[in-house]
Order: sequence, then structure tokens, then C-alpha cells
Amino acid sequence: MSQHIKLKKGFNINLAGKPQQVVAEADRSETFSVKPTDFIGIIRPKVTVREGDVVKAGTPVLFDKKMNQVMYCAPVSGEVVEIVRGEKRKLLEIKILADKQIEYEQFKEHSASELSGISREQAQETMLKGGVWPQLIQRPYGIVANPEDTPKAIFISTFDTHPLAPDYDVLLKNQASFFEAGIEILKKFTSGKVNLGVNADAEVSPIFSNVKGVQVNKFSGPHPAGNVGVHIHHTDPIGKGDLVWTIDPYGVVQIGKMFLNGVFDASKTIALTGSEVKEPKYYQTYIGACIDKLVEGNIKQEHVRYISGNVLTGEKISKQGYLGFYHHQLTVIPEGDQYEFLGWLKPTTSKLSFHRALGLLSFLNPKKEFVLTTNTLGEERAFVQTGIFEKVTPMDILPEYLIKAIMAEDYDDMEALGIFEVIEEDLALCEFIDVSKHEIQAILREGINLIKATT
Amino acid sequence: MKAIRDILDKQKPLFEKGGKFEKYYYLFEANETFLFVPNETTGIKGAQVRDAINLKRLMITVVVAMIPCLLFGIYNVGHTHFLATGQLATFGEKVLLGATVVLPVVLTAYVAGGLVEVVFSLIRRHPINEGFLVTGMLIPLILPPTIPLWQVALASVFAVVIAKEVFGGTGMNVLNVAMTARAFLYFAYPSDMSGDVWYYLGDQQYADGFTGATALGLAAETILVDGTQEVTSTLATTNDGLFSFWNMFIGFIPGSIGETSTLMALVGAIILIATGVGSWKIILSVFGGALGLGYLLTAFGANEFMMMPAHYHWVMGGLAFGAVFMATDPVSAAHTESGKWVYGALIGIITVIIRVLNPAYPEGIMLAVLFMNVFAPLIDHVVVQSNKKRRLQRATV
Repeated sequence: MSQHIKLKKGFNINLAGKPQQVVAEADRSETFSVKPTDFIGIIRPKVTVREGDVVKAGTPVLFDKKMNQVMYCAPVSGEVVEIVRGEKRKLLEIKILADKQIEYEQFKEHSASELSGISREQAQETMLKGGVWPQLIQRPYGIVANPEDTPKAIFISTFDTHPLAPDYDVLLKNQASFFEAGIEILKKFTSGKVNLGVNADAEVSPIFSNVKGVQVNKFSGPHPAGNVGVHIHHTDPIGKGDLVWTIDPYGVVQIGKMFLNGVFDASKTIALTGSEVKEPKYYQTYIGACIDKLVEGNIKQEHVRYISGNVLTGEKISKQGYLGFYHHQLTVIPEGDQYEFLGWLKPTTSKLSFHRALGLLSFLNPKKEFVLTTNTLGEERAFVQTGIFEKVTPMDILPEYLIKAIMAEDYDDMEALGIFEVIEEDLALCEFIDVSKHEIQAILREGINLIKATT
Repeated sequence: MKAIRDILDKQKPLFEKGGKFEKYYYLFEANETFLFVPNETTGIKGAQVRDAINLKRLMITVVVAMIPCLLFGIYNVGHTHFLATGQLATFGEKVLLGATVVLPVVLTAYVAGGLVEVVFSLIRRHPINEGFLVTGMLIPLILPPTIPLWQVALASVFAVVIAKEVFGGTGMNVLNVAMTARAFLYFAYPSDMSGDVWYYLGDQQYADGFTGATALGLAAETILVDGTQEVTSTLATTNDGLFSFWNMFIGFIPGSIGETSTLMALVGAIILIATGVGSWKIILSVFGGALGLGYLLTAFGANEFMMMPAHYHWVMGGLAFGAVFMATDPVSAAHTESGKWVYGALIGIITVIIRVLNPAYPEGIMLAVLFMNVFAPLIDHVVVQSNKKRRLQRATV
């Protein structure tokens, strides 16, 4: 039974720099990187290659000693040119100089009809070796799924409501057959259902509409209506001891390609977005691409911030930085390291605020697109405003109390108040609207780490 | 602007770590952030952009909402002065007199309380909090115009230290700071806070036949005197109809400086609600709670005060001001949304209980707010527990 869940709470951050629906050509990046820091669950990363080694797309370059079946693979073929380490020799990046023509590690090809005959064990082995496994994320905690678990359900959100988020119609154009194949494989892993959360406010894309044997649930409302965590909360919530997996549609397609084509295909379409991009568009590239070629000549000014991902949950990277494993978006916004004279006092219509104390008349112009900088627009202060986090969290959760329980390291309260149900992206809006400018997402991750350490 | 920025940039190293005035960093920070929104940027991970709101903006909005009450208070102090002394005066004269009485009180509260803030921030090394913008304005508005300035200073210091700083500063306090200031004076210097203190007379005397009572005082008296007439007609006849309903609504009556006008409090309420700074749930439920119990009491009608129409409670004394500016203090009020309904309603109910059923104090909003401040965490606890329970139940299904 498909249900339609209407969410009222939330907030759409309407930014300037939406991408046009075209996939443009750009020079291919020369280097690509695998960043263990993208995978939150990794505890003791171990590199399996050395500088100078030659790898193919799909050759393992990294694994976690704590979960050593899962291989993290090279997205392209080429030569490992640098292994970057940070403080205390922490592994940061494995850089690969790409070949002109990409060569792939070969896995067994299957026809679509054969997929249902593959056993879970066979499928699992291929996925673990071939580099597509890390697409599966486990909840609670939001870490790479453990192959030894059997989740009670698998959740896929087919739309993204983050600011300037790319459209899956463009990202996954002509990939419907791979998506279906991926779903067929995923069904083997859960005792329950594979759930597809679709956007009720738009027409369901043909990529998702033909999939069979899945539970489809419709969601409508402002961001975070597209967050998979919200979908889980409203359809099959996670309690203590429960385990579900999530995966984004791109990950499903990748799994489909792994079985239909027998390769780890890391090619992906990404959206170059943001107010400082001359012509925001989609580009064809690979996982972990260096962004230098994408942004070259494409940016309006020098003093900008490059964000792998979106402005709510993304990560600052340098002009020569690399796209994150899970990101389909590169956002470029102005750096905000300027002072503003009496900026907090002036009446204004050019600033974006969820709070009416600043955006009192914003309802007059609801479609207005804003240019936001990275300025924090205020100093960190004690918690004062109440009841506001609840307005952007469409779940039966009291974020203020959850955050305070984390700060007090009160394990029982953290559990009881729902820490198993949320990861950073679910409370990102709270961080955005917080009057006292706390780093809510970082606090939440601390809490998740504390809870994880006890179980 | 550029010139000011240059001066600040030049001075900044002196106050930063290792500088000559390192100890005074937060004093500098307060001034700097007052003039300029800082150039801080968001971190590497997490939200890369932030909402334009900050605590200063939030607090200044509350101050703006109080300005109608302040301005009306200034006029009304002058107005009631000339009324009580039986003189005729122009609008300008009333405002001038009011200003000379009220502004020193405001200034004293800001300076005394502000100094405590600064001293504590320097000792405890925490930023100077914007909350005092609001507290410093609230304290004068809930004091009688005849209050000696040294008492204003003492009360401000007491309130900031005892109600706020001992709990760890803004955001941690249990009690409403301004109400604490008033409660302190009420119990420490009762002769200056109750009785015949609500008209500013200066060195003049009441006109013949004029009494210095307040509406609530008159109403409470009806219980003590046998065979009195209805409260409403007592109110309407005293001092030539001074306490008619509409006069009390608009606020041309004696009382604390900023509290007399229900109308101005409502203007403030509209500003707070429109800007989303104050909780409309609390404001509405305080009024609702008072009206509800008021109706119940008229139904019983054991004495003349109980028989008073319930809506009179809205315009008498400081109920409206307290509901709009005191009960809505986000830190000391209930934090959960459903808790806010209970919290507000109980403030309204307790206010009327103290007014009508308690022979000792004619006004109840102050004690009601302080009382409910203490109980707000309990209300929240119940709400939070029910949320936890829901989650637990779901898990077993």
C-alpha cells in the first residue's frame, strides 16, 4: 500500500545558481582521489597500493581493518601518484593519475533475467570486491553497512530537496534498466521491504516508476522532505536494536552496472551549482574527480568557497580539491570573511532568514533567490531561542533536548530522544537556523560516536 | 565606517591573546560585535551557510517591542501626575515631566546591570550577553515612578547576579531576571513598592478628594468592606471615572511605569508575534487562563471581587505586560511547544488566584511568573517523557 505523507515542517533555502537541465562537456580531470575521510565508519584504514602502482577502475586501493571484507576501489584506471597523510599519519587521500582510456577490472556479466537467480552470498562477494558496497549506508549511525548484518528494510529516497540539489532525472538519464537491476540485487539483502520514497510534488520520473516489487511511499513538503531519514521515521521507524540500510539512486545504478556490465563504473553526472558559477550546469565525470578542470574559467570571481556537496551538509574543498564519494554536486558560493557595519541591526530584504525577526516581509517575495556567503552572521552564544528547531524537523523528535543530552553525555536520554533515527543531514537545518550559532551537526556526530562506542 | 573599522583593527591585537589588555578581551568583543557583524566563516564540514539571524537581532526586536510601552509610560507618568495634583497641563508638559522621571530610572538600570555583566564576563571569561539589552529595559518598566534610583541600581545588581550569573549567565537562568529585580524590591523595600507609590507627585500634594489607590487595590478592598457596591461601579466612580474599562485598557491609570497600558502591551505582542520572537502560545494562554478562572469565579460569586467581570483582569494591573514580555522570556519559560500552553495558562490562573483569593497581595502576575519559572522544567519534563514513551512503545511493535 502506497501512502502519501504530507510534511509541513521544514524550510527551503532558495539559493541563486540553479543548474540548467543540460549536461555540458568539460575537460576530464587529470587526477582522481579516494578519500577515506568520506566514509564515516572507517576506523583503521589500510592502503593496499603504493605510490607508482598501476590500478584499474575497480582495483581495491583501501580497506578498513575493522571491516576488512569491504573494498574501496579506484574509480578510474591509472597510476597512484600520491598518498597524502595528515597529522599523526592520518590517511587523507589516495591520488590517481587517470589513463586516457579507462580500463576496468572485469567481473562476471549477467543478463537481466539471471539476476534473480544470484544468491545473496554471490552478490555480496562481487559487491564487496568491486567497490560498490560502500554505497550502502547503515542506520543508525550513518556508516558503511556491515555485510554480516541483515537489515529489516532498505530505504531509497528518489529525490533531493537540499539547496540547489541536482535532479535525478538528469543524473540518471537512460539508466532505468540499471536501476531496476540494482533493486533486484538489493532485495536479496533484506528480510523486509525495499522502500522507495518518491516526491509527491512532482511527476515521478520514468527511472523510478517502472520498478517492481518495492514499497513506494510519497512525500511532499519543504526540505528535508527528501531526506531518507525522514522517510524512515514516517514509514518504518528505527528503535533500539533495529537496523536499516539506505542507498541513494546513483548507488543503486552502480550496483546494477556491476552486475549487468561486470564493471565498477564510477562515471557520474554532477551538478555545478551556486551563485558564483557563470553558467550552472551538469557535467559528466567520475567519482572523486579533481574539480580544477570543472571550475576553470567557469567562476565569476576569485574569493569563493568550493563545496563538495550542498551548502547544508557539504564539505569545503580547495580549488584543486576532490569531489566526495557520495556527492553529486559542487557548489560555489562567495567566501564571507568580511565585516558588516551594524549588520545585525539594519532592516533589510536582501538577507535570507527562516526567522521573521529578520525576514519579516519575505512572504511578499517567496520566489526570491538569495546569494548567501559563508559568513556565520553572528557570534556563538548560549542557547536562548526555543521551539524553533522543531519547526524544521518533520519528525516526532525534540532536537533541542537531544542536542543537550549529547552535550551532557547522557546516554539514556540520547537513546530515548531518538539519536538512532537521525544523522547529520537530518538536523542540518537546525544548524542553519540556530540563533546561537552552534555546530549542531558536529555535536550530533559526537553523540553518535559515543553511542556507537557503547554498543 | 571604514574609519571605525580601522580603529578597531588597530586596537584588536592589544586585546587578543598575549596583548596588553588581554583581560579585557570580551569588553572589546562586545563593542566590536555591536558595531560590526564579525568576519567569521563557517567550518570545513557542516552547514556552509547560516541564517541571517543572531542573538543581537533577536534581543533588539524585543527592545523595539517594548518601546511603545516605554513611550506611553513616559507620557502617563506626567499625565497621572497632573491628574492627581489637579492641574491642567499640555501634552508637552506631561511628556517632559514623565521623561525627567522615567529616563533616569532606565539609565540607572542599564548602567548598574550592565556593569555587573561586564565584571562577570571579565572574571568568568564569557562573552557579554545581549540579553541585558532586554533586561535593562524591562526592569524600569515594572517599577513605580516614585522608585528611588539607588533602589533601581541595587535591584538590577541583585537580579543580574542572583537570578542570572550564579546560574552561569544568559541561557542558564531559571528565573526571569527582571521579575526577580521587582520581587527583590517588593520584599526588601515594601514601603517603596506598594501602597501609595503609583502617582509621581514630586513635591506636590493630591488634589482634594483624590485617592492614591490602584484599580486592583480598590477591587481587593471591596471584600473587606461590608455592603459595598459592585467592583465595576466602584472603579468607575473613583477619581471621576478614572478606572473605567476603556481608561484602564488604554492605560491612563496609575501603576508601574510601563505596565498600565494593555493597548501598548498588545502592540508589543503584535511585534513579538509577527517577528516570531515571542511565543504566541504563551501570550494567548496567559490571557486565556486568567479569563477562564475569572469566569469560574463569577460563577461562584461569593463576594464582590469574585463577581467582577472576568475581562477586567486583562486590563487591571500588569497582567498584559507580564503576559507579553515576562512570560515569553524563552529561557525561563517552558521550552517545549505543548508545555508552553500549560505554562501560560497556569500563569494566568495563578495571577487571578493571587489577586482575588489572596488577601495579602493585590497584584499577582509577578509571583505567578516566578512561580511558573520554577515549574517550567517540570512541565517540560512531562512533555519530554511522553515523547520518549512514544518512541519506546513504537520500538516494541
